[in-house]
Amino acid sequence: MAETRPKKSEGKKLPVGAVILTPGNSDENKTGDWRSLRPVWNKEKCTQCMICWMYCPDMAIPQKNGKRLETDFDFCKGCGICKTECVFGALTMEKEKK
Amino acid sequence: MVKKVTEASQAVAEAVKLCKPAVIPVYPITPQTHIPERISDFVNSGEFDCEMIYVESEHSAISAAIGASATGVRSYTATASQGLALMHEILHIVSGMRLPVVMNVVNRALSAPINIWNDHQDSMSARDTSWIQLYVESSQEALDTTIMAFKIAEAHDVLLPVMVCLDGFTLSHVYEPVDIPEQKEVDKFLPKFNPLFKLDTKRPCTMGPVGFPDTFMDFKKEQQDAMDTSIDMIKKVNEEFGKQFGRKYGDGLLEKYLLDDAEYVFVGLGTICGTARSVIDKLREQGRKVGMLKMKAFRPFPEKEVIDYLKGAKAVAVYDRSVSFGHKGAVFAEMTSAFNDIVKKPIFHSFIAGLGGRDVTLQHIEDSFDKISKEKVSTTEWLL
Repeated sequence: MAETRPKKSEGKKLPVGAVILTPGNSDENKTGDWRSLRPVWNKEKCTQCMICWMYCPDMAIPQKNGKRLETDFDFCKGCGICKTECVFGALTMEKEKK
Repeated sequence: MVKKVTEASQAVAEAVKLCKPAVIPVYPITPQTHIPERISDFVNSGEFDCEMIYVESEHSAISAAIGASATGVRSYTATASQGLALMHEILHIVSGMRLPVVMNVVNRALSAPINIWNDHQDSMSARDTSWIQLYVESSQEALDTTIMAFKIAEAHDVLLPVMVCLDGFTLSHVYEPVDIPEQKEVDKFLPKFNPLFKLDTKRPCTMGPVGFPDTFMDFKKEQQDAMDTSIDMIKKVNEEFGKQFGRKYGDGLLEKYLLDDAEYVFVGLGTICGTARSVIDKLREQGRKVGMLKMKAFRPFPEKEVIDYLKGAKAVAVYDRSVSFGHKGAVFAEMTSAFNDIVKKPIFHSFIAGLGGRDVTLQHIEDSFDKISKEKVSTTEWLL
């Protein structure tokens, strides 16, 4: 597994200056667990325009072959930008259930 | 080697050119201005190939130095007073990221009241930023120490930034004869910067990430260990410099003047040491056993060496050009704390001197000698 951040472990020297030498490790570090609002995607209203995909600041909206997939809740922070930008009303924000 | 009568700021600029930093982000502030001006002259005339970045503040200057250093090139800047204060939060980041930036601090008072003249309040206020601090007494020492600073900072078991502090005006604007070393000599002494890590698209890495509670403290301990290691590195680099250029400064950390048999000792940083030397010469002619310990390295604080050099003295006068308000002069406080566990120790006297460009005269030093040779308990005096 890639090292997501410097970790202290017995006998292992920490990298000088906290440098992380393994790129692309943000996949490993899930950051979506403090969301208070959740975007709910209405597939019927969605026209696959990809505006939400473009605007998502956290790349939490995946797409495959030009089709939007379900929001990646491992990384979505619930900022609501997708909902604000969606002109078709395909996204609504709901309170996150714990 | 070329011998030139030159201003200390010019000597520093010559040193910087000889060390060939690739990037110099800088913002002008009195009394540091002559350094970036001279470096700019070198760049303009084509003598020196370097990227000068004329930033909009000192906060940006030191931030750009971080960016440059992180890409694996040598980076340098210079500032003073309010400029250093404005850099403060970033100073911690440079050292925490273990980037060997070198900076000249041309010591000047901090406002208010506004004052452009010399004291050490600016760099003393930055003493806990994990930068190595070296104070110099002459133009030659300013030049030599700036060259040594790169070598100390870039050593892989140190990797800490270095401040080379010189007194504003009383040194920075003073003309003295200075030996300017040959480029090939400096190249031999100071190899090309070899970074441990660098920002490189071929081998991506992350610098300056978050440090969670499970690691943050360990990184800080490593910084402290690097500071401890730097004590030997400063000594080593000073010796190497001496071998190659025929000049060195005490053991690199501290410099003795007629200290070995001295009963009364003056301790100071920077130009005040020149004044003290004159007074010592005069008192020695009168048969008084008096000497000086010049503190060149204040961070790391060379505690073991200080004890070793001062343990035989009867009384010590410590001159501070700054105050830790509500406590004492910083150098005095640390000197006395070094002797905490020593039973037989000298009586330490504190003299707050030369704040905001106030003259420190020969008479001041002579009077303080009279005082420390008579008083039986520690005293504090402001040389107003």
